[in-house]
Amino acid sequence: MDFDRVREKLNILADAAKYDVSCASSGSDRTNKNNGLGNASKMGICHSYTEDGRCISLLKILLTNHCIYDCAYCVTRKSNDVKRAAFKIQEVVDLTINFYRRNYIEGLFLSSGIFKNADYTMERLVAVAKKLREEENFNGYIHLKSIPGASDELMYEAGLYADRLSVNIEVPTISGLKLLAPDKKHEDFTKPMLKVKNEIVRYQTERKIIRSTPKYAPAGQSTQMIVGTSGETDKDIMYSATYYYKTYQMKRVYYSGYVPVADDARLPAIGSQVPMLRENRLYQTDWLLRFYGFAVNEILNHEHPNLDMDVDPKLSWALRNLHHFPVDVNTADKRLLARIPGIGMQSVQKIMDARKFRRLNWDHLKKIGVALNRAQYFMVCDSRHWERRDLDAEKIKGMILQTSSGKFRNQYSTQLSLFN
Amino acid sequence: MNASTTLIYDGSFNGFLTAVFVAFDEKIPVADIQRNGQCQNGLFSETETIFTHVEKAKRVWNGIRNKSNNAISNVYFAFLSETEGVEMLLFDYIQKLMRTQNGKYLDYSDSTVLHISQLARKVGREKHRMEAFVRFQLTKDNIYFANIEPDFDVLPLISKHFRDRYADQQWLIYDVKRKYGIYYNLDHVEMVSLNLKDIHHNKIHKSDAFVNGEYEYQTLWNDYFKSTGILSRINPKLHTQHVPKRYWKYLSEKKEAV
Repeated sequence: MDFDRVREKLNILADAAKYDVSCASSGSDRTNKNNGLGNASKMGICHSYTEDGRCISLLKILLTNHCIYDCAYCVTRKSNDVKRAAFKIQEVVDLTINFYRRNYIEGLFLSSGIFKNADYTMERLVAVAKKLREEENFNGYIHLKSIPGASDELMYEAGLYADRLSVNIEVPTISGLKLLAPDKKHEDFTKPMLKVKNEIVRYQTERKIIRSTPKYAPAGQSTQMIVGTSGETDKDIMYSATYYYKTYQMKRVYYSGYVPVADDARLPAIGSQVPMLRENRLYQTDWLLRFYGFAVNEILNHEHPNLDMDVDPKLSWALRNLHHFPVDVNTADKRLLARIPGIGMQSVQKIMDARKFRRLNWDHLKKIGVALNRAQYFMVCDSRHWERRDLDAEKIKGMILQTSSGKFRNQYSTQLSLFN
Repeated sequence: MNASTTLIYDGSFNGFLTAVFVAFDEKIPVADIQRNGQCQNGLFSETETIFTHVEKAKRVWNGIRNKSNNAISNVYFAFLSETEGVEMLLFDYIQKLMRTQNGKYLDYSDSTVLHISQLARKVGREKHRMEAFVRFQLTKDNIYFANIEPDFDVLPLISKHFRDRYADQQWLIYDVKRKYGIYYNLDHVEMVSLNLKDIHHNKIHKSDAFVNGEYEYQTLWNDYFKSTGILSRINPKLHTQHVPKRYWKYLSEKKEAV
């Protein structure tokens, strides 16, 4: 291995891959075969965290940052003047194996700029995965990027070696796509998604009949949308996320606050604030949809196209729907418990378990871990004390904000501070 | 009134379970259960030394497991937390499990049950962290070596994970604090104690115990760690929350920060 050469390439190609936020290594249960190397951990493991606090669980690199496309939001676009490099297949394999043996990573996340054409690129990605699986007997996690426009045959082969496949749609609306990535068509993104989804469904049905059916992309598919590039509303983003969850059975949709990388009149200027709070609110909404049983139109609709920035989406929903409250935690069903602000799914389960033994009071709930500063206005329990005043939504919101603090508060607070 | 008794056991998990067995079997009014060497006598209690008996321990283990698989893993995890006074808490927990209806381990409104489940969770978190933060270095004897310093005694819990994963390489994980390690010899995992000359945490001096390429891969990994972070999103508070500072000296990517 030519250490200096590999070092330089790694720096360039890891730097170019960092804007892909997905780094999940969960969802696959691949086991170690014939005393080989590695297995996949179902819950996923984060081996380190970057200084911006994101998980590092995979070796996330591009095969190359040469690209024939010129998408405005992308750092490796053709017109951008950056250093270009490309890994040899063997170099990626060696890096992955050696990092893995030292317990640095859970596996490989391989993406690429598009050189020559989609199929040519996809072929190289598949070749890396194939070599790892068949020659190195590697059973760790592999995440491959589906290259937009790749043929069905290649996508089929990719799923045989990879644990997860993903295509980033990046721009949530079709009009935005036309503006920012004029060379790409919406169908280029959805075609490989559809193929992979159909294959996953087919393999799952076959597995029910023949148990020895090999695995096909056991950790499913994911996608990513950039937030804050094309003037889209939160409603646009979440509705299109819901569409991808439903139609393509996505395991995850990621939301990535746009980090300005280019001087382009169509985009926020370099140096402008990354919309991290907005990103956070979108993830909270995503969780409400996937785990808390909310429907997307309850949270975002015609009257409320954007999420509240100063309170979380669940509290915001509760304040608009005070007629559902207060809820009695000792009798309410699970669905309703999950809707009380300040009670998360873990607390819901604990409450359901514990209330079989005795009626719960404020003290029990506090010890279990309920955030009473929010929950107290929306629930009653086994106690004579509960919020009896007839408070309106604004009043409750004000009292909650007063008794809590948030790290983003200074970004949107309209209150002038006395000092400084 | 019977005089209450303090039971002294040898510090092993089996020893503790034997003590529980003896207490149940002989209906001893237990004042405390203490580890050998750390005992403090009560003013009005007698002491009795318990000799570890695997059969007796097994009966307690099976008895709790028959109540629930979750309960037995809670008991084991909480025991490994090495928290002061955890023995009496566990004794109380086991008594409650045995006395009451099924599913008592889910009664989070009972302070003992809640406390044990929280302790077990803490140990589980440390186990998961160690699965993540172990950093192997390849020695000249072709053994992948790592030293760690976990908050709780989690080596027995992580051995299966590493055996399943690194089935084709010899590895050794050594707990610097508790002075023992686990070693996989390509066939099975065994407990070892060794005389470690120096602890291999981050320092500028390169040890000659490791192969030539070892430090090159550490450099590549450190470079990767740097290039994958996004500067305009920097968030040190979140970073240290995920990677607490006490682990830094064993993580090569944090070499410069230590």
